[in-house]
Amino acid sequence: MSAVTNNPTASDAMKRRTRWFMLGAFVVAGIAFAVISGSGINENLVYYWTPTDLHAAGNKAYGATIRLGGMVAPGSIRKQAGSGLEFDVRDSAGVVHVKSSGVPPQMFRESIGVVVEGTMVNGGYFKSSRLMVSHNNEYKAPEKGHAVDQKQLKKMIESTEDL
Amino acid sequence: MDYGNNRFPRTPYILIAIGVALFLTGSYFGLFVAPPERYMGEVQRIMYVHVPTAWNALLAITFALVCAIIFLFKGEFKWDARLEASIEVGCLLAFLLCCQGAIWAKPTWGVWWDWDPRLTTTAVLLFAFLGILTLRKFVDDPVKRGVWSSVATIIAYVDVPIVYFSVRWWNSLHQLQSSPETVSSQFYIPLRVNAFAILFLMTGFIMLRARLASLRLAQEVAPPPMLAEEVGETA
Repeated sequence: MSAVTNNPTASDAMKRRTRWFMLGAFVVAGIAFAVISGSGINENLVYYWTPTDLHAAGNKAYGATIRLGGMVAPGSIRKQAGSGLEFDVRDSAGVVHVKSSGVPPQMFRESIGVVVEGTMVNGGYFKSSRLMVSHNNEYKAPEKGHAVDQKQLKKMIESTEDL
Repeated sequence: MDYGNNRFPRTPYILIAIGVALFLTGSYFGLFVAPPERYMGEVQRIMYVHVPTAWNALLAITFALVCAIIFLFKGEFKWDARLEASIEVGCLLAFLLCCQGAIWAKPTWGVWWDWDPRLTTTAVLLFAFLGILTLRKFVDDPVKRGVWSSVATIIAYVDVPIVYFSVRWWNSLHQLQSSPETVSSQFYIPLRVNAFAILFLMTGFIMLRARLASLRLAQEVAPPPMLAEEVGETA
């Protein structure tokens, strides 16, 4: 205590000890970081499966609750009875047909990223009750002169007007 | 007896005043001058506080790491006070970050929250450092408290690069970091002005909070009034 009351710095003995603590902390931190960044934990921890992953999983995808992520295939959006809708989720190599009962967010449209939560069911489609839209890291102002791309807007409205 | 952190008593107030002025300026540009985003529309404007908050939260926690290292090296308690201050302000910013993110996520992603790698690692960061603040409340000995929380800070800091790289290492709902190429130049001013605004506010708050922590420590280790009188008489 006297080290603290007389002078707000620690004794030399304490400093020697705390430097070892610091070294220990850095070793622990370094190992933790190496394990998380360098080991196979990255392959085992997945937030969502791509359509390709889902096909590769085969029967394991049936019945298990999984997230499927990919792009909404252009021209694939169809309205179902009620609030449900159908669309294809695709990546570079695979396509999965999705029937979703979740209310789509406003951003939902063709060619946008989505993550759906659900499972593969008999009939070979993905049944989902939770639909999330993921956008990319582009933030753009509307182009000057033609504030909105009319052709793009028309396509977008057509793709979602039945929803 | 000087416990540090009060060499420039007026500086934090000046920094906070500058921060408020910059924040008003940046928010004016963000709300009224910059155009709405082409797809997201008006809701994208929350980016002008969300992204600067994220940068500064990680910066505050990084400053806490620096304080932890210097404290363990030099044993000066002013660095322990600065550690406490920067962790507390960092936690505040991380909490605000999660709230702003949820407000942005609901209309764009369709959900308030999901256990996406970026969101999960950010929550881990917030709770790890809240845990360190809690630890400090339970340790009465200032030396042990300082050493333990510094060691814990160094270990918990591992999560900071993981938060940063989470969107690259794993599939995520959260988008990748944006860069000047992916952001229209009309959006630069509010982003950058608000980044400095929050930096000034954060620095001012950390200075004030470190001063408070130093005063508390001084009170904690001061001898009881009667004893102090006796010491005064003999001295």
